[in-house]
Amino acid sequence: MQTPGTTVLAIGTKKGLWLASSPDRETWTLSEPKFLMEEIPSVGIDTRGGRTRLFAGRMSWHFGPCIAHSDDLGETWTEPQEGSLRFGADEGVSLERIWQIQPDAEHRPGVVWAGCQPISVWKSTDHGETFELNRGLWDHPHRSEWGAGFGGAAAHTVLPSPADETLHVAMSTGGVYRSDDGGTSWQPRNKGISAYFMPDPNPEFGQCVHKVARDAVDPDRLFAQNHHGVYTSTDRGDSWQSIAEGLPADFGFVMLAHPHRSGTAWVIPLKADGERIPPDGHLQVHRTDDGGATWEACDAGLPQAEYNAVLRDAACVDTAETPGVYFGTRGGTVYASADEGRTFREVARNLPDVLSVRAAVVPA
Amino acid sequence: MAATTLVTVLIPTLLRPYVDGRSEVSMNLPGPGDVSSLLDSLGEGRPLLEQRIREETGALRRYVNIYVDGEDVRRLDGLGTAVPAGATVMIIQSVAGG
Repeated sequence: MQTPGTTVLAIGTKKGLWLASSPDRETWTLSEPKFLMEEIPSVGIDTRGGRTRLFAGRMSWHFGPCIAHSDDLGETWTEPQEGSLRFGADEGVSLERIWQIQPDAEHRPGVVWAGCQPISVWKSTDHGETFELNRGLWDHPHRSEWGAGFGGAAAHTVLPSPADETLHVAMSTGGVYRSDDGGTSWQPRNKGISAYFMPDPNPEFGQCVHKVARDAVDPDRLFAQNHHGVYTSTDRGDSWQSIAEGLPADFGFVMLAHPHRSGTAWVIPLKADGERIPPDGHLQVHRTDDGGATWEACDAGLPQAEYNAVLRDAACVDTAETPGVYFGTRGGTVYASADEGRTFREVARNLPDVLSVRAAVVPA
Repeated sequence: MAATTLVTVLIPTLLRPYVDGRSEVSMNLPGPGDVSSLLDSLGEGRPLLEQRIREETGALRRYVNIYVDGEDVRRLDGLGTAVPAGATVMIIQSVAGG
């Protein structure tokens, strides 16, 4: 059991969940694996209300997907008897994978969102015990035209705004959609984001957005890593502008925003769609402090040669005063930075492919 | 009084937590039935077990196999395969994964 002030890092991999803990974000202790041989494409850590609840989006190739939660930092896990997230028999489809588990803002303490495959968004109002399908998105007239990225047809990003009832989702491949009424109705918000792989490279929807992050100070400001293209929006997604200049490549999966300071974000570029490795095999985190106008390459502590990709949810920030930055590779190495991503140290190596990481300081 | 059908269901290791750790479950079904009705009865009061065997659509999960007296139900009538009295029904995860 960790003591207050411990940082907990949940590492979801292709063959199970590992938990790492650290008193100082410098030295780390790695747990034995949980859910061995199950894929863990999503993890969540909810520290609202003075307690810590861990979530694991599990996927057994034999026995299907489910969400489990733990209130004792991963010692024991619970799944509600009826299951937490299930399509109704009338829908004619079955849940394939949970891609995102996103606790809502502090002032909506019971609300947790899930983004899933097939493309769907789910809302829990009981702290993630049970989830209800968001009908607004599920019944959207565009749904039949949304496609599947290589990883599957998924809503992989759910971003509730702490300021109001605004909600953004991003999906592969449908692009960004926004709801202004808490999820009742949805509109595509992709103007300026290119879909080079389509006959019309500027469609209303259909973009392959890989990850979207919201600025913590200015909730109208968003950052997006696209399937080629890095963008920002200052008007809640109404329009997007490229901020890829200065980066070694505009492809990648990761987009992180600073939890306290406006205009700071991180990406981890990959060379290209057809060459999904760090550019020249040189793993670097790139950081902007001016909303994407300029980028700084950060590789202190990272290996000289690394040919594994970093997937969309295999990176995160914690919410410490000086936030930590974390990511894991498909080669099973996990890195942590205690100085906002400038220098990294290895937390674990030789794990299975890292699919998801989330970190949080356990409250006192 | 209607005849009942006694069958034995063999449970794979990974699903035993849902049946109190047992490796097999003996069940009295209300008359002749098929695999679907057997799973309905087996899943009664055990919704998580049910969810791990069948999808929301009711389909048998792709990598779960069911054998009735040694015969793969996918080569028979699927979930409609008859389960005779005294049958042994095996639930086995298929060879899959990496």
